[in-house]
Amino acid sequence: MRIKIEKRLTVPKYSSILVPVLSVALALFLMGIILLVFFYGRLGNLSLAFRETFEAYKEMLTWPFANKYGIFSTLMRMVPLAFVGLGLSFAYRMKIWNIGGEGQLYMGALAATWGALYLFKDVTSPVLMIILISILGAAAGGIWALIPALMKAFAKTDEIVVTLMLNYVAIFWVDYLVYGPWKDPKGYGFPGTAPFPDQARLATLFKGEFHVGFFIAVALAIVLYYVYKRTRWGMNSKIVGDNAQAARYSGISIIKYTIIALVVSGAIAGLGGAVQMMGIQHRLQHGFSPGYGYTAIIVAWLAKLNPIAILLVAFLFGGLLVGNDQLQMFYKLPMALISVFQGLVLFSLLGGEAIAKYRLRVSREEAVTNE
Amino acid sequence: MRKIFLFISVLLIAAALMAAPLKVAFIYVAPVGDGGWSTMHNEGRLHLERVFGDQVVTDFIESVPEGAEAEAVFRGYAQRGYDLIFGTSFGYMDSMVKVSQAFPDSTFMHCSGYMTTDNLGTYFGRMYEPRFLSGLIAGAMTKTNIIGYVAAYPIPEVIRGINAFAMGVQYVNPEAKVHVVWSNTWFDPAREKEAAESLLDVGADLITQHQDSPAPQQAAEDRGALSIGYNSDMSAFAPNAFLAAPVWNWGPFYEYVVRNVIEGTWTNEQYWGGIKDGVVDIFVSDLVPDGVAKLVMSMREAIVQGLLHPFDGPVYDQTGALRYAEGEKPTDAELLSMDWFVDNVVGKIQ
Repeated sequence: MRIKIEKRLTVPKYSSILVPVLSVALALFLMGIILLVFFYGRLGNLSLAFRETFEAYKEMLTWPFANKYGIFSTLMRMVPLAFVGLGLSFAYRMKIWNIGGEGQLYMGALAATWGALYLFKDVTSPVLMIILISILGAAAGGIWALIPALMKAFAKTDEIVVTLMLNYVAIFWVDYLVYGPWKDPKGYGFPGTAPFPDQARLATLFKGEFHVGFFIAVALAIVLYYVYKRTRWGMNSKIVGDNAQAARYSGISIIKYTIIALVVSGAIAGLGGAVQMMGIQHRLQHGFSPGYGYTAIIVAWLAKLNPIAILLVAFLFGGLLVGNDQLQMFYKLPMALISVFQGLVLFSLLGGEAIAKYRLRVSREEAVTNE
Repeated sequence: MRKIFLFISVLLIAAALMAAPLKVAFIYVAPVGDGGWSTMHNEGRLHLERVFGDQVVTDFIESVPEGAEAEAVFRGYAQRGYDLIFGTSFGYMDSMVKVSQAFPDSTFMHCSGYMTTDNLGTYFGRMYEPRFLSGLIAGAMTKTNIIGYVAAYPIPEVIRGINAFAMGVQYVNPEAKVHVVWSNTWFDPAREKEAAESLLDVGADLITQHQDSPAPQQAAEDRGALSIGYNSDMSAFAPNAFLAAPVWNWGPFYEYVVRNVIEGTWTNEQYWGGIKDGVVDIFVSDLVPDGVAKLVMSMREAIVQGLLHPFDGPVYDQTGALRYAEGEKPTDAELLSMDWFVDNVVGKIQ
């Protein structure tokens, strides 16, 4: 008897909705068991532990999505995920695996800081300043992605490795600058640049809980949706992704498409970095992103690279992050347990994906007879 | 008239007692179980629960990174109507200034910062006093005259501690040098251990630290060297190495703040207490010889009495320039912005 993993020939239509929903349900169930054990250990009473677990769930699911403060927090966590997710979709459509969203986000933030504090420091008009910084941030992300693009196009290197490695390089560049030459002279030696001037900050609403970068992300998603569905680029890039050979025969320049896909992908992530700086951070510091660039890979993937779906999935993931914060803040859950939860959610989602696409086949024949 | 007054004040006190409990939140930069900085703040929180019972409800969140991510956490507590919010790391300053302005009804207290708003006060301890005392022990116990100091960030708080320690070393042992390595982290056990090992490699036989984890202590223990901790009694982590530690004791101060908030007498002061206020102290283990321990205790008494200041002149900096002449000492403002090393420190402020 042998067990084989093979691709399903037909993937049922409903599975694209059902699988993620069931996966999340599974993750929540597993989390529930851990929470119950944890609270039982703390309270020493099973019925109290059940009640506490239920309360914690309610908190985690209602605050991020059904409370006016919570929704703003969710939207703000969503913005960087959406930008990078949208950027990645641009390359993933062509099956170019840009894993460098994190680094491109960092480079966008770095360039934005350069613009706000040094290059454009004499610009006084907020509108002009914000446009200039956005362009600079996008350019930096694009240039950072141009490196793996050229290497892939002309030397056939694997973009996964190169983009991933460049993340670390970008993070170290930021660290070098904030610990060294860009350290705020008025910061009493604490690492971090000087704060952005007022004209380089995005307008905020609701006591500073919300900034207009959200609308930029939404607009961008709509533009990309149009590009993917209605333009020649959208169609051709799909062809390149599905069948590069066929694309080549039909006269599409793979080199050109590869370079453009990665550069635009990086530019969008870089713009996200600039928006994050202008909207929330206002000061470049070590640990600028808690891994948004990596989470965005999953966001783009779960959204099946559909820009509108990316917004939605980014919103849900933002809510997950906010809900986790609530568990820590009001239920005294340790940080490590939160990391376990996030791992469980990803594990279930990716596992569900695999189960939907593949199946196990148990064949009765003896292994020997197969030889 | 007097009776009415009395009646009203009795009413007010009764109302205060029956009022909803004061909601207090603590934000920590490292896990509560770090065995150091955050653990000591958490001890202070538990002290509040013991002292005030039903009058307070406390909550905390651990491992909150410094920078913009922290803002969401401060906001989160303020949105839920927490009355008093303690931020216990320097890097929360921007976030706390911003959120305190958006939520004028909550009271914010920032540990180790220098910016205040109408409802944001700061607090800290004169840790340089026990640091100086721990320097006395280090100077007396080193044989190689190379003392290693694993330090977090080149900010005034840390520099002040290094200098005070070095002044203590110099007091008993003018030959010994204090070698500084920057880790650029508050809590990263692996990195802090490595930094301590690099100091042991250049011949240090005693390690001290301005870090939240006990990792440098363990590095000293592993190599058979001596160590001086920080924050708390770290003898459990390095039973054969651990000599002493400058320690925090936040309980009484947190009690004082909560009492002020309940009674409406809170002000946005910048509190800076010393050994005599009970916020900081020196812990000395049994490994320290009696003679040295006696010296330390008498110097401690002199500091409490105000007869001795760790930076009593003459104080020279690394370039050999005289910073404070005989009979002079730094002002609080000078201490709070210290950005130079005394002459027996080896290392650079980057």
